[in-house]
Amino acid sequence: MFSSDLLTAEVQTAAYIAASVLFILALGGLKNQESAKRSVWYGIVGMGIAVFATIFGPGVAITLPLMISLVIGAGIGAVLAQKVEMTGMPQLVAALHSFVGLAAVLIGLNSDATAHEFASHAEQVIHEVEIFIGVFIGAITFTGSIIAYGKLAGKINGQALILPGRHVWNVAMIVASLILLVMYMQGAGSWTLYVMTAIAFVVGAHLVMAIGGADMPVVVSMLNSYSGWAAAATGFLLGNDLLIVVGALVGSSGAILSYIMCKAMNRAFISVILGGFGGPSGPQMEVEGEQIAIDADGVAAALEDADSIVIVPGYGMAVAQAQQAVSELTKRLRDKGKEVRFAIHPVAGRLPGHMNVLLAEAKVPYDIVLEMDEINDDLPDTDVVIVIGSNDIVNPAAQDDPNSPIAGMPVLEVWKAKQVFVSKRGQGTGYSGIENPLFFKENTRMFYGDAKDSLNKLLSLIS
Amino acid sequence: MRIGTPKELFKGENRVAMTPDSAKQLQKLGHECVIETKAGLAAGFSDQDYKDAGVEVVKTAAALWKAVDVVAKVRQPEAVELKRLRKDLTLISFFNPAANEAGMEAAKDAGATVIAMEMVPRISRAQKMDALSSMANIAGYRAVIEAGNNFGRFFTGQVTAAGKVPPAKVLVVGAGVAGLAAIGTATSLGAITYAFDVRPEVAEQVESMGAEFVFLDFEEDQADGAATGGYAAVSSPEFREAQLAKFREIAPDIDIVITTALIPNREAPELWTEDMVKSMKAGSVIIDLAAEKGGNCKLTVMDKKIVTDNGVTIVGYTDFPSRMATQASMLYSTNIRHMLADLTPEKDGVIVHNMEDDVIRGATVTHDGEITFPPPPPKVQAIAAKTAEKVPEKTPEEIAAEEAAAMAKAGRQQTGLLVIGGLLMLLIGVYAPPAFMQHFIVFVLSIFIGFQVIWGVAHSLHTPLMAITNAISGIIILGALLQLGSGMAIVTILASVSVLIATINIVGGFMVTRRMLQMFQKS
Repeated sequence: MFSSDLLTAEVQTAAYIAASVLFILALGGLKNQESAKRSVWYGIVGMGIAVFATIFGPGVAITLPLMISLVIGAGIGAVLAQKVEMTGMPQLVAALHSFVGLAAVLIGLNSDATAHEFASHAEQVIHEVEIFIGVFIGAITFTGSIIAYGKLAGKINGQALILPGRHVWNVAMIVASLILLVMYMQGAGSWTLYVMTAIAFVVGAHLVMAIGGADMPVVVSMLNSYSGWAAAATGFLLGNDLLIVVGALVGSSGAILSYIMCKAMNRAFISVILGGFGGPSGPQMEVEGEQIAIDADGVAAALEDADSIVIVPGYGMAVAQAQQAVSELTKRLRDKGKEVRFAIHPVAGRLPGHMNVLLAEAKVPYDIVLEMDEINDDLPDTDVVIVIGSNDIVNPAAQDDPNSPIAGMPVLEVWKAKQVFVSKRGQGTGYSGIENPLFFKENTRMFYGDAKDSLNKLLSLIS
Repeated sequence: MRIGTPKELFKGENRVAMTPDSAKQLQKLGHECVIETKAGLAAGFSDQDYKDAGVEVVKTAAALWKAVDVVAKVRQPEAVELKRLRKDLTLISFFNPAANEAGMEAAKDAGATVIAMEMVPRISRAQKMDALSSMANIAGYRAVIEAGNNFGRFFTGQVTAAGKVPPAKVLVVGAGVAGLAAIGTATSLGAITYAFDVRPEVAEQVESMGAEFVFLDFEEDQADGAATGGYAAVSSPEFREAQLAKFREIAPDIDIVITTALIPNREAPELWTEDMVKSMKAGSVIIDLAAEKGGNCKLTVMDKKIVTDNGVTIVGYTDFPSRMATQASMLYSTNIRHMLADLTPEKDGVIVHNMEDDVIRGATVTHDGEITFPPPPPKVQAIAAKTAEKVPEKTPEEIAAEEAAAMAKAGRQQTGLLVIGGLLMLLIGVYAPPAFMQHFIVFVLSIFIGFQVIWGVAHSLHTPLMAITNAISGIIILGALLQLGSGMAIVTILASVSVLIATINIVGGFMVTRRMLQMFQKS
């Protein structure tokens, strides 16, 4: 072990300022695809500067455990990043959130275990509150993310778990945590902190268990936000401004993502977080007509005749791993001079922007991948719309039926196109269990079967 | 069936009703094609071109008329051609049935079937055979070119070392197919283009082509084109007065006037009066596309170019499509080909003259020894009948009031939030020690920066955003690093674990972000 106080505290602060600026640039660069490729380097350099300045700054010694931790952590991180499938991105993101949460918990507990001297009573109070809040948020983030990971990876049943009196439970646990905080500040000892940590673990797990699969984009963004607030709380605890800055940036980023997702589903943030899907407020409209099936030949013929085609991908495409087939279809149709575009609903998939990443991986050019607002006006002029594995985001009931659970949710108006093909496994309803009148419309044809198999059949017919 | 095209007899007519390309398509429908020698020469298609396309070339018109079952031509048949009509022969051409009683009688007596291309109804399905539109499009384009030819200045404004050139001002009267084509051509040449039409609903189309629609200060309901099959109708005298007054007002400023106003089966309305011509600058040009029907300007001389005493050139040519014979022939022959495709539903070379079909019925003027003109109105309306009820439009005042109310509400909310936030800050400030306040400033400002920056992130990059925020939230490693040296075993172990998992976050997060961003490719 040797001391490594190469840098003075002032130089370290200067390095932190540089790192903060680089992090802000890294986030700001994500405004378009080209500058984003550069911005990730800002983030990497910023992180490098921050870690370097801390290790070689005052108070940190370069020790064997440090080196081992760094090397092993970097190794695991690199392997994870290389191996992850793009369809598995939501799980990875959730798993990484849990690490931040756990780190915040451990740092908080450490800080409690370390002796401190305080100039005033107010400082002591603030310090203790900081520890409590940091550990509380960290613990919720940790178990919440682990449950989210389990649900997204299919290791835990994706359905919402609704315990009787769950709101009472939540409130009771939070009140208990507050009492423990007061006791802790009265000097009751570290056990109060440990009990609170255990309670917060349960709260985090319970919160996410109660949220159904379709609301996962909101949950993941929310956990993203929490991981930021946990980092910020840790920053207050340690008096480290860089941690505060980054925590606040990440926290607000996650909050905005949650807001956008909720807006796209026309649901209040609080009702998503409290879990369970609000039931219909009245009888739903009866759906008339029947679903008419079509085979690959029919779809291929319609595609040959069409000039403009819009593809609406959903989570079903990710599940069936059909994005490569979709990309190939797009390429062939474009080579024939047809206009092919993609319409992405903000909550398609299980992560904000998930579909964009999947399509990018399959080499679909990003400039033909459009957002809902950009393409909705063009849909009436579109010859053929292909819906692949999405359901609620193309459900006309959101506009027509005020009693529908998704009433008022902005949807892609695919039924206005001349012809709609829906690739779907069977006749069942979607994740939310809502009947979709789109499937019964006159200009809709159902193309049953696994999305990947269906598309491969289609590819064999279109050269 | 054998389809033949003779050479056009009308003097100066360069177009031809069959091109090598259209002949190939006709052969795909199961027909054989025949053409009179040199019929396509003026339009730029040699006999060899036709032979290469599998078309039989015959020496004389008489032989051609005898050898075929269907004759496709451009101009309405001359007397000598009418004599060649016979039973079981189908003639497809312009026929001008409204003013060609003799022609129809001759065709009826001969027992021939005549399909008049100008009678194709204006419904969506029939657009592909609407020869009036395809020819009007060419006329509109050519009108601008002809105007430029006679106009002594640039269309586009320029600032050159040799002086400043003002842009030409073009007025297009009548925004039908020809008018819109003229507008498009004039604007793309750089002229400032104005357009007028009696149907106010075309204002949107006019503006979409880049011209400015000349609105009248006139209250009466202007004519609705939908009721008359998409064509203009005669307007009321008051409306006409308002319109002329407007033209009189702008005439001195206009360099080029292109009039395209025609009302079906009537003499062209006079829109550009003599006094307007007099008020125009010397060197100005008027192209009167209505010359054939008497002209929208009474000074127009059909088929002639004249220059008035005050130096205004008035062009009254009626053969604009023929002046672009190659292009016109290609479009016209395609119209004919589509007509024949509809007449050959089974694509087996057998012509089925289905009088139940709206398009075929509408265009047929004689059939089975009877005159079938004028046709009954088509079953499908030309343009979707106007939407029944109009949503009461909000006046600008109402909209402004609503916006103001929304702004005021947002303002009140914001003020409320600021007040609450301020009080909260004050409360914290009273109790918290100075060191905490220092950090608190950083915290609050960072949240603001975060909100500003994140709103700018593209929706499609939300997944990379989450991955990169994941990576940078690994900054929590700093906390763990600072605790490593505390000396207590348990703290060191926990801190090491924290360093390890935070490193996973940092490395994993950045690498996966990079991997994702690399995948985004532009087409």
